[in-house]
Amino acid sequence: MKTILVIGNGMVGYKFCEKLMAKTEKGAYKVVVFGEEPRPAYDRVHLSEYFADQDAERLSMAPRSWYEANDIELITNERVTDIHRDNKTITTISDKEYVYDYLILATGSSAFVPPIPGVEKKGVFVYRTIEDLDATMAYVAKIKAEGSPKKAAILGGGLLGLEAGKALLDMGLETSVVEFAPRLMPRQLDGDASKVLQRKLEDLGIDILLNKGTQNIEGDEAITGMKFSEDETLPVDMLLVSAGIRPRDELAKTCGLEVGTRGGIVVTNDMKTSDACIFAIGECALLNHMIYGLVAPGYDMAGVAVDQILGNTEAAMPTSIDMSTKLKLSGIDVASFGDALNENKESESIVYENKFQGIYKKINVSKDGKKLLGGILVGDASDYNMLHQIFLNGMKIPENPEDLILGSRGGEDASFGSVLDLPDAAVVCSCEAVTKGDICCKVEEGFTTLKGVAAETKATTGCGGCKPMVNDLITETLKAQGITVKETVCEHFEYSRQELYDIVKLKGIKTYAELLSTHGKGKLGCETCKPVAASLFASIYNDTANVHNVIQDSNDKFLANIQRNGTYSVVPRVAGGEITPDQLIQIGEIAKKYDLYTKITGGQRIDLFGAQLHELPLIWKELIDYGFESGHAYGKSLRTVKSCVGSTWCRYGMDESVSFAIEMENRYKGIRSPHKFKGGVSGCIRECAEARCKDFGIIAVDGGWNLYVAGNGGANPRHAELLAEKIDNETVLKYTDRFLMYYIKTAGPLIRTAAWLDKIEGGIAHVKDVVINDSLGICEGLERDMAGLINSYRCEWKEAIENIDENNNRFAHFVNSEAEDSNIEFVSLRDQKMPKLWS
Amino acid sequence: MNSILENYKTISESEVTTWFKAAPVSKFPENGGACVKIDDKQIAVFNFTVEGKWYASQNVCPHKMEMVLSRGMIGEDCGTPKIACPLHKKTFSLETGENLNGEDYTIAVYPVKIEDGFVYIGIN
Ligand SMILES: Cc1cc2nc3c(=O)[nH]c(=O)nc-3n(C[C@H](O)[C@H](O)[C@H](O)COP(=O)(O)OP(=O)(O)OC[C@H]3O[C@@H](n4cnc5c(N)ncnc54)[C@H](O)[C@@H]3O)c2cc1C
Ligand code: SF4
Ligand code: SF4
Ligand code: FES
Repeated sequence: MKTILVIGNGMVGYKFCEKLMAKTEKGAYKVVVFGEEPRPAYDRVHLSEYFADQDAERLSMAPRSWYEANDIELITNERVTDIHRDNKTITTISDKEYVYDYLILATGSSAFVPPIPGVEKKGVFVYRTIEDLDATMAYVAKIKAEGSPKKAAILGGGLLGLEAGKALLDMGLETSVVEFAPRLMPRQLDGDASKVLQRKLEDLGIDILLNKGTQNIEGDEAITGMKFSEDETLPVDMLLVSAGIRPRDELAKTCGLEVGTRGGIVVTNDMKTSDACIFAIGECALLNHMIYGLVAPGYDMAGVAVDQILGNTEAAMPTSIDMSTKLKLSGIDVASFGDALNENKESESIVYENKFQGIYKKINVSKDGKKLLGGILVGDASDYNMLHQIFLNGMKIPENPEDLILGSRGGEDASFGSVLDLPDAAVVCSCEAVTKGDICCKVEEGFTTLKGVAAETKATTGCGGCKPMVNDLITETLKAQGITVKETVCEHFEYSRQELYDIVKLKGIKTYAELLSTHGKGKLGCETCKPVAASLFASIYNDTANVHNVIQDSNDKFLANIQRNGTYSVVPRVAGGEITPDQLIQIGEIAKKYDLYTKITGGQRIDLFGAQLHELPLIWKELIDYGFESGHAYGKSLRTVKSCVGSTWCRYGMDESVSFAIEMENRYKGIRSPHKFKGGVSGCIRECAEARCKDFGIIAVDGGWNLYVAGNGGANPRHAELLAEKIDNETVLKYTDRFLMYYIKTAGPLIRTAAWLDKIEGGIAHVKDVVINDSLGICEGLERDMAGLINSYRCEWKEAIENIDENNNRFAHFVNSEAEDSNIEFVSLRDQKMPKLWS
Repeated sequence: MNSILENYKTISESEVTTWFKAAPVSKFPENGGACVKIDDKQIAVFNFTVEGKWYASQNVCPHKMEMVLSRGMIGEDCGTPKIACPLHKKTFSLETGENLNGEDYTIAVYPVKIEDGFVYIGIN
């Protein structure tokens, strides 16, 4: 049996193993993989997501058990230090020796740190591995704890630098991007495109400094600033360097393999190095004098190396390698493909720029006007996948090439027809090299969901950029077969949430079992469709969560929010944030009695943490006796209506914001909806209640209230849009009733109002038309349904306590014992308690 | 922490040496789960009323080591009965204990029998 040693367990090294396993019987080769990093290969492309959730597992390419199952020996935390080509062995840092028949160098690259005096100071980081991110985050936490606002800079305004900039901004730092070139993303964008992008980034709050060469990193031990010239210094508290990459060719160099003058292991298009038994693939390989810093070419290289080893001597990299890229920044569309900068001077450009909307589109067309050679899209990259395909496949373009970016004017047809016009050989998912033909074939075989097609073909499982196109291909293929597709809830229901709403309402269905047996598949359902059904019963009959407790999401089932250690939090309603001293004392007494951690929430109320399951009814009994009611903090329902003090106290106030907020909170409390929703009322345009980041927000102005809808805080902040101006209290309530009910009826599961508005055809103009002009003739119905919900409100905690069944008590931790859960441990923190940390 | 997991190992029907008498059937919610205490162990028991089937597993979720699985939601994935953890919705087969999201975790599962209106859990 021959032995293959793989040095480097990054994305490409892993892909080599995967492709080898797909093409050989298990055990055909002895395979040993060495990785210097502590964990198995993970998805570096989506590294930024780690900032948000620190979930390393989610990024993992395959668990260790995968390597075991395929008889691959994976040795992590072990750097290979030498290659001895004469006796075909390698040695590792811990002096172990291994013999090879074939050696694969997949050592990737490291972040390039320019030799600026002072870069070794504390607070300077790079951005390449999970450990880099951990170190960066720890430092951010440390400096933020000092209190005053902190400043961060990114050195390098390329693709990676901008991603990093957004991540630091999201961590609450004032962020600047410092670029040496006169424009951003200099390898992908021209000057005009860069300007449009710059404006967008500045709108997000990222400062952009161009044409800046950094001379020195200032500071004693830790960085305090970046010096650009004698009289220009940028004060910063930390720096992330993203100034390019350097291929890791040190092993190759010391064993005498040919390397490029500026680094990289020289390979021919069969991926062989100057030693025919040694291959180099991925970001360490220098092919055609180039390092391809993208995964897709790396994956292709892995495939070529596998084929070569298996004896297919014809296998080779294509002569032209696609370097098209799309920036992964939420809210900002940037993409470039082909010869974007017209470097070959073979094309004429057509440019469209709209400064109002911040859109820039450019395409480069061959001089005979017949072929698309490249292009740039900023601000609106929705056509990227299609244009990219037209370019890759050399497809015919319209007689007026400008139609490609302007849309055809006058005619009915889209300027580039349907995705089905693509040739079958068109590569749709470049990470996994899946063609249009592969995808359509699977759809015809009956895999009609994105999940199904992904499982069959692996398309969309790499960078994910092809998802929209794969979706379109599924929809269009089914349409061509005369089947219409819709967004179904899950494998158990072939209906969208909106359709289920109508079914439940028209047929008067009252239970999940009835719904599943009459309109679903299987007998059991799942954690997706059950809460959807529960939400529908609530939205239609105003059933409280007690009625259907086993199909509720866990939080609804126990009428409390589960916390990290399995305990719960308790949040009584404090409408509009108005609370009396007596009520404060009452809450305080209860918190003391049950030893609960207390904190003021963002919604102007008090959250009591650390209650064990069996304590919930006891705590609520006491709260209810004092006159409190459920705050529904656990439900997909109204949370709070936040208010400022308004004209009662504030010298600027134009109206009584508190009174109105209380009225609205009491009006909509307890109403279940596709997702949670929040309101806000400000007494004047100073907007102290932050009403415009709520699902509905009203602001007092001269002559009435302005009503805004579909705003959002959270992960995708968005300002609410103006629905109506200068309206009186009664009209505010009327429009809000209609708006909310329209949303409740038509939105998909777990879609907030902002995302719903984004998707709805016609956008805010359409919603205005429905809510104000009654363009669909449904307003009477919406108001009636809303009134029904408002009038049937009851406090579900009161109901729960009155109906506790001692014999079958959902709030008991054990069915056969009164004991408490002994697994729960608390430690103390600033005079209160907190859960013991996960180890 | 992982020592918690050491206490829970899947037991097949043939390996059972003792049937632990847990509680009357009426104490378990229909189409839901509840937790049984066996000495220092916590076993989650699931009542699939629609199909008349019962399953049992460790109560501790192997993801973050919290005693919560009995409070999760039951359901099926292409015919496999499963439990979704209430904390992060990782799902596990109640037949084999394997994770159904393709991750590395597994849970221990135990046989259940019903006799004279009582729920028994197979242990050894
Ligand atoms: C934040 C970020 C965002 C990115 N975004 C994109 C994107 O949107 N699109 C895109 O196409 N690409 C993107 N990339 C680039 C992409 O991640 C790389 O092209 C890809 O990871 C290269 O894979 P590789 O296996 O060649 O190298 P790597 O993933 O770097 O893996 C090499 C591995 O080898 C190990 N190693 C090195 N030397 C030794 C040794 N002597 N012994 C043992 N182990 C060793 C290293 O520790 C490393 O784990 C991004 C990169 C980053 C950092
Ligand atoms: S929004 Fe206006 S009325 Fe309300 S507190 Fe602020 S300044 Fe005063
Ligand atoms: S409370 Fe919200 S923002 Fe804070 S950690 Fe939890 S989910 Fe994240
Ligand atoms: S603790 Fe169970 S899924 Fe995270």
